[in-house]
Amino acid sequence: MDANRAVDMAVPFAGLTFQNPVAVASGTFGFGREYGQYFDLGRLGAVCVKGLTLRPRAGNPPPRVAETPMGMLNSVGLQNPGAEAFLRDELPFLRGFDTLVVANVSGDTVEEYAALAGLLSDGGVDMLEVNISCPNVKAGGLLFGTDPRSAAAVTEAVKRRARVPVMVKLTPNVTDIAEMARAVESAGADALSLINTLVGMRIDVHTRRPVLYRGTGGLSGPAIRPVAVRCVYQAARAVRLPIMGMGGIACAEDAVEFLLAGAHTVAVGTALFRDETAPLSILEGLTSYCQENGISDIRTLTGALLE
Amino acid sequence: MTVTVLSNENPRPGAADLRVRVDASAQRPRAGQFAHIACGDALLLRRPISLCDCDEEAGVWRFVFEYKGPGTRYLAARKPGDTLDLLGPLGRGFTCEPEGPPTLLAGGGIGVPPLLLAARRLTGAAHAVLGFRAAPLAVLTDELASLCARTAFCSDDGSLGTREFTDAVVRRLLAETAYARVLACGPRPMLRAVAEAARAAGVPCEVSLEERMACGVGACLACACRVGREAGETFRRVCLDGPVFDAETVVW
Ligand SMILES: Cc1cc2nc3c(=O)[nH]c(=O)nc-3n(C[C@H](O)[C@H](O)[C@H](O)COP(=O)(O)OP(=O)(O)OC[C@H]3O[C@@H](n4cnc5c(N)ncnc54)[C@H](O)[C@@H]3O)c2cc1C
Ligand SMILES: Cc1cc2nc3c(=O)[nH]c(=O)nc-3n(C[C@H](O)[C@H](O)[C@H](O)COP(=O)(O)O)c2cc1C
Ligand code: FES
Repeated sequence: MDANRAVDMAVPFAGLTFQNPVAVASGTFGFGREYGQYFDLGRLGAVCVKGLTLRPRAGNPPPRVAETPMGMLNSVGLQNPGAEAFLRDELPFLRGFDTLVVANVSGDTVEEYAALAGLLSDGGVDMLEVNISCPNVKAGGLLFGTDPRSAAAVTEAVKRRARVPVMVKLTPNVTDIAEMARAVESAGADALSLINTLVGMRIDVHTRRPVLYRGTGGLSGPAIRPVAVRCVYQAARAVRLPIMGMGGIACAEDAVEFLLAGAHTVAVGTALFRDETAPLSILEGLTSYCQENGISDIRTLTGALLE
Repeated sequence: MTVTVLSNENPRPGAADLRVRVDASAQRPRAGQFAHIACGDALLLRRPISLCDCDEEAGVWRFVFEYKGPGTRYLAARKPGDTLDLLGPLGRGFTCEPEGPPTLLAGGGIGVPPLLLAARRLTGAAHAVLGFRAAPLAVLTDELASLCARTAFCSDDGSLGTREFTDAVVRRLLAETAYARVLACGPRPMLRAVAEAARAAGVPCEVSLEERMACGVGACLACACRVGREAGETFRRVCLDGPVFDAETVVW
């Protein structure tokens, strides 16, 4: 094989074009400013920004993080400045880079999700990522994501107001992810992203108290990768929607697993905390993987699992 | 950045004194800033450790820390020649103004290390109060004494210096000398008591807070602490907005 042959890394996704399939996962990347000091955000396929709500949210009291074997629990609780402040103070900065901006949204009610969709599409984001899967807040969040009818209702409401593609983010904390995928597809979703974190818990055996202030938190990192790959695989077989796969991706081979399972793009989250330039090494590694395997177009890997 | 371990010593049982060689391109650390250090392949999260000292010419950074769990034990086991992966210097440091009135450093236990770099940056214009549970747990006492114009020691059991808490000594010194500010690092109850003493004396106070971190750079919001009494209580990030905060703004 010609190891230096150019590989076409661009991926069409829900009517948009990702210049490459590597995005960063919501909540692990803020609004881009911090990691923007370590690498050029213009190298990313997309930035999924920190989860936004209509009104600012203070989030949960600390401790908000606990380490686990090859993973971590977080209970940030959707701390964010609110969608309007995001549009005013953060989006212009992100717009300075050649990358897609995906607004991740959460609401306590269907109406809030719809209002966010209107506000943010008018505000000029490229895509919406509807978080119906956050385990760290009391109302809404995970509730919408574990019941197919509620998930469909949120999706429909968002689609009515959105003027950009709508990607729905699914939770692994369900019995049948394929059923959830079908529900949001029928409700008009343009894409899926999965997975969000798994609900977990750690207990300090000396104090006999939970390590996290809120007791439970969302598990992320390499520990959840096999679960995430399985979810992508099952969802990809259930629906025709393009999928952004995530969950524990730390190197290019991890990303390839997701593509083979049926993802079109991938997002890198927790891996950033260990390696601040992980998305770039993953992108470079993906290119080399393609060159070494005689693949000229990254898209051909999607769903190319041999069974 | 990848750094090479130059030396790793045991100043006392349960504590390590680690020196590493950093790139010439490394930023000059301010006192109170920290490095976020990866602790081997088995541990996912980096560990935050304050810069204890630095020698810019030689490109050497120094950390003094207690073994608490697997991360600090991993760091304590590194040998000269080993490499470590660290991010830093990170965060907002202490205000160190060598001109004008002296600065009072108040350290408790394993909160003392960052005050050594503060004393160095203050080039002699510092007094220090160092408190420990007991004499065998003391670290960096001689070095701080040599860098500060005046040093007072105290301990919970009287085995080092006077038998009293750090804030009691701070209160006395604040009554004797007009300080520019108090810089404090140590356990939270001590910080709170020192901040109260400074407030009563009308002297500005900066405290270094700790919180569990993930990213260390301000992106993930894991390290929230309650700060901002005036502006309405909000969560700020210990890693980026701190670890050093104006004591007046901390919600204790
Ligand atoms: C800004 C900052 C500067 C610090 N500087 C020093 C220093 O100079 N010397 C020193 O001895 N210690 C310092 N610490 C505390 C040090 O980070 C912890 O002792 C260390 O992270 C414990 O890791 P472990 O794996 O050994 O222990 P474990 O308790 O097993 O750690 C489990 C998890 O909790 C986190 N954690 C545990 N204790 C703390 C803590 N006190 N603060 C933040 N996270 C914690 C760890 O990082 C890890 O993610 C500092 C902490 C902060 C936030
Ligand atoms: C600290 C933290 C905050 C997160 N915040 C959000 C969020 O606001 N919205 C969201 O949809 N997902 C959020 N997530 C989930 C991630 O986007 C991602 O789905 C999950 O972490 C799995 O990927 P990873 O293992 O690569 O991190 C968060 C994850 C972490 C670790
Ligand atoms: S540790 Fe991520 S914001 Fe502070």
